[in-house]
Amino acid sequence: MEHTLSVLVEDKSGVLARVASLLARRGFNIHSLAVGPTGEPHLSRMTIVVEAPELEQVKKQLHKLVNVVRITELEPANAVETEVMLVRIAAGAGQRTEVLELAQIFSADVVDVSGSSLLFSITGEPRKINDFLELLRPFGLVEMAKSGRIALARDAKQRRSKGV
Amino acid sequence: MSTISGAEALIKSLEHEGVEIMFGVPGGAILPAYDPILDSPIRHILARHEQGAGHMASGYAWATGRVGVVIATSGPGATNLVTPLADALMDSVPIVAITGQVATTAIGNDAFQEAYTTGITMAATKHNYLVTDASEIPDIIHEAFHIASTGRPGPVLVDIPKDILNGVLEWHEPVRSLDLPGYKPTFAPHPRRIAEAVRRMEAAERPVLYVGGGIIKAGASAELLQVAEKANIPVVTTLMGRGAIADAHPLCLGMPGMHGLYAATTAIQRSDLLIAVGVRFDDRVTGDPAFFAPEAEVIHADVDPAEIGKVREADVPIVGDARAVLAAMSAEWGERPSPGRSDWIDTIARWQREFPLSYDQRPDGMIKPQYVVEELHRITGGDAILVAGVGQHQMWASQYWKFDRPNRWLNSGGLGTMGYAVPAAVGAKAGMPDELVLAIDGDGCFHMTFQELMTAAIDRLPVKIAVLNNGVFGMVAQWQRLFYNNRLSASELGADILDYVKLAEAMNCAGFRAVAPDEVAPVIEKALAVTDRPVIMEFVVDPEEHVYPMVPAGGSNDNIILGPEAT
Repeated sequence: MEHTLSVLVEDKSGVLARVASLLARRGFNIHSLAVGPTGEPHLSRMTIVVEAPELEQVKKQLHKLVNVVRITELEPANAVETEVMLVRIAAGAGQRTEVLELAQIFSADVVDVSGSSLLFSITGEPRKINDFLELLRPFGLVEMAKSGRIALARDAKQRRSKGV
Repeated sequence: MSTISGAEALIKSLEHEGVEIMFGVPGGAILPAYDPILDSPIRHILARHEQGAGHMASGYAWATGRVGVVIATSGPGATNLVTPLADALMDSVPIVAITGQVATTAIGNDAFQEAYTTGITMAATKHNYLVTDASEIPDIIHEAFHIASTGRPGPVLVDIPKDILNGVLEWHEPVRSLDLPGYKPTFAPHPRRIAEAVRRMEAAERPVLYVGGGIIKAGASAELLQVAEKANIPVVTTLMGRGAIADAHPLCLGMPGMHGLYAATTAIQRSDLLIAVGVRFDDRVTGDPAFFAPEAEVIHADVDPAEIGKVREADVPIVGDARAVLAAMSAEWGERPSPGRSDWIDTIARWQREFPLSYDQRPDGMIKPQYVVEELHRITGGDAILVAGVGQHQMWASQYWKFDRPNRWLNSGGLGTMGYAVPAAVGAKAGMPDELVLAIDGDGCFHMTFQELMTAAIDRLPVKIAVLNNGVFGMVAQWQRLFYNNRLSASELGADILDYVKLAEAMNCAGFRAVAPDEVAPVIEKALAVTDRPVIMEFVVDPEEHVYPMVPAGGSNDNIILGPEAT
């Protein structure tokens, strides 16, 4: 089962390697991992989408890392989850209108155009991005890049300190 | 404020932590740190190999209850430490390892003797550091000792580049309040959980206390005894927990598991309540977890929350230090009467009578290894720190030695590191010079690290090493005979390939040899009489002897093979 974890870590060198290495050696499969700064200078936030039958062990093992400060499991219903995707679709003159219509429905931006392809940028919930991708796929997927998921809990009360 | 070098700050920081002895091997990148050692009261013991130095630090830590310190150079010095670090991580031994690193300007350039030490040891340490500024040294060393010795103890490595050791800083005492927002081990158990545990302990009909290394680490033997006696609950001690309660105590059933005593293993299997304290449901104890203690509710107390529920779901999970947990249980029990549990106690006693350990030492036959262990115990009166390597001899030592106190039994339980015994014994002797330190080793293990007897001879650490020489990797051969159709593949070493007496003499040690049963006691007595040098006692033992009882790996603990006639 897929779980989304929001993990506050100390911003120290090697912390990403520690987290990734721990998950790997305990046999947990990482779907995506995104890391970036928080409002606090010494803390980073990792959003980890992990495949594990039982999340308790993942959380407990992560907590054993000295640089891991706080772990929150984010339930999709109570969280805002976002991904970014760049996707290049083979769309010659004949197919452009149809593809652009789809892009409009999904609020995707055209960020590069060539004679034979269109490059879209889209941001949003994982499901929306996935739907967009599947609708585009029949036109001819040339290449794509997708970010790891980032997420925050909806309820501000779950945050213990301001600015994190 | 005075300015000192990073290397001086390192040694000063170690002194500040109360370090008296460290074990190590010098080399290029760590050279700056070796100079101030000459001016320090810290005793440096020069090992012959970094692996030996690491196990010495581990043996020292086990025997003294203090943090063991090991120091090595970059590259191969550090990679040679990986085994003792992984060993210490598995067995929760507090070690601080200091390694030199190539200069910061050379890191990442495949410099001479460069290895990615913090990366390589990430999964072999509780935590590690790469120092990037000399001014961090006092605080990092202080943190390293704190992390190594608190919560669930373990090894911490500090990697220091040569230019940082040569750099300067203004010396400052390490900050008192550590800045470790992600490291807050829980010591005190939750009172409600303790109350719930005690309620179940009182109500249970067939309870068993299943205790291990956590008792030894927490110094919780007195509290364990109180709980066991107040609640009248039999105790099984895992390999790492031998000595947590005296074997002679009527409630002590000894070691359970793969080579455990029938009564200990079976008591767990039939129990209705397991009170597991400072144990981790290791596969050598549980066999197939699906068949382990099938009727038991489980109370599981451990200082490491990740151990609780890892293998077996706990009905009453308790996070806390073993000593605090048992003290709280004892207090909660208060003046309640001690339950009789006579059916349960009688049943276990019957198992003990019907299925004791056994071996057959014929006066004119080959020496049985179990006999050597029993004779060593008899002649020393059991008054020794006992060390073992890994394999058959380790199991016989655990089975036949009668432990009466904690911190007197050192072995490599979790990682199963062959070659552990000789260096660990040397480290234990360095820490406890007035104690008799006796290693029971196998010939296969001995061959891996015996060079550390040179260290012992040079540093005047007169350890006694009893080699049970059966000429095979005994446990490997046992499995090959039982499970691989008797086909011995690469497990035969030969019993007469090495003259142990000459080897001893060549290393400035004393050596004695016994080949017949009636030579065993005289050899032990001669060895005990030597006090100025290390001693090797070679006992040529029966190579066909197997360790029983035995539960085949991954099997159910209900299916115990009691002896050769049953196979």
